[in-house]
Amino acid sequence: MSRDTALVTADWVEEHLDDPKVVLIEVDEDVEAYDKGHIPGAIKLDWKKDLQDGVRHDFISKEKLEKLLSEKGVANDDTVVFYGGNNNWFAAYAYWYLTYYGHENLRLLDGGRKKWELDSRELSSEVPDRPATTYTAQEPNESVRAYRDEVVEAIGSKNLIDVRSPDEYAGRLLAPAHLPQEAAQIAGHIPTAGNVPWSKAANDDGTFKKDEELKALYADAGLDEGKDTIAYCRIGERSSHTWFVLNEILGYPNVKNYDGSWSEYGSLRGVPVAVGDERGEA
Amino acid sequence: MCGAVKGGPSLEGVDVANQAVIQGVVVRGDEPVGNAYVRLLDRTGEFTAEVPTSATGQFRFFAGPGEWTLRTLAPRAEAVDLAVAAAIGVVADVVVDIDRVPANA
Repeated sequence: MSRDTALVTADWVEEHLDDPKVVLIEVDEDVEAYDKGHIPGAIKLDWKKDLQDGVRHDFISKEKLEKLLSEKGVANDDTVVFYGGNNNWFAAYAYWYLTYYGHENLRLLDGGRKKWELDSRELSSEVPDRPATTYTAQEPNESVRAYRDEVVEAIGSKNLIDVRSPDEYAGRLLAPAHLPQEAAQIAGHIPTAGNVPWSKAANDDGTFKKDEELKALYADAGLDEGKDTIAYCRIGERSSHTWFVLNEILGYPNVKNYDGSWSEYGSLRGVPVAVGDERGEA
Repeated sequence: MCGAVKGGPSLEGVDVANQAVIQGVVVRGDEPVGNAYVRLLDRTGEFTAEVPTSATGQFRFFAGPGEWTLRTLAPRAEAVDLAVAAAIGVVADVVVDIDRVPANA
């Protein structure tokens, strides 16, 4: 993977607005954003209602995904372009999720909804009507997903990257600052994890930084390219953003997203935890 | 969830006495700006959070006590930085005028 195969620009999207094999999908945390205006022709996926199981603490199964995408009119050979608010956090999550279920042609709109809005490009309130398809998902690709036991074993042996803000990493905040500071679990980070906030990979307008800047960013944080890497945040969507940078833009091998992230790890009994700005010992 | 809600999160059901709230409105002169983005940067300038403004230009953060910077991005405007202090139990209310870059930016 590389920047050229994973990212598209806003100009590219404008040129492909009428291409029937390109499906634009907006994925937002603010579920009202799409309804107030979206890129013409784009459909909407609700990261919670559509993509989370609702009973089990997990995302939806292969069968449910097949039903969802069939109803939404997405075909296996369509090029799916995700974009969304909040610097593409949830769009990157959806991209990672469809990678897990093996969709071939995936792209992320560089800068997402924010860049599109700041450029004053056209927004539409019209909801497109795409004819239903018969979508077939692939078996899960576990090479992009990390689970809790693997994360505990990775302490001191693999690259662990905590992509939350420095205050969340150190334990001074329990959640991003646009949310009330309430949570059941304890604060801190996984020992030995380096802190590279996801935001360091993006410019203010939400576009990704240049490859050389991105490589330097992770090298400076001590990322060893010879080792496997696991990224995490609080619930797995900001770390999807970093997974996208490492795996899709820079093409580093063996990068996983730990989607259980701190909301799971910080609730586990008996696992090691570090607090403060230092990484902590294995 | 980690998501940003337009205008920032609601105060409904939140014990404000235990929160360090930074909130306000983004305006262009007398007009509220409903399509701006407000970022909260920590004392080292590191990104901490971002919310899109509501239709009435409003935003809200739950910060920690201390010094913060609000960076506002809007169409056809330069980014505007504004220093703000937060304290537990206090609601810091600010007005960001994107046509008038403040002296402390």
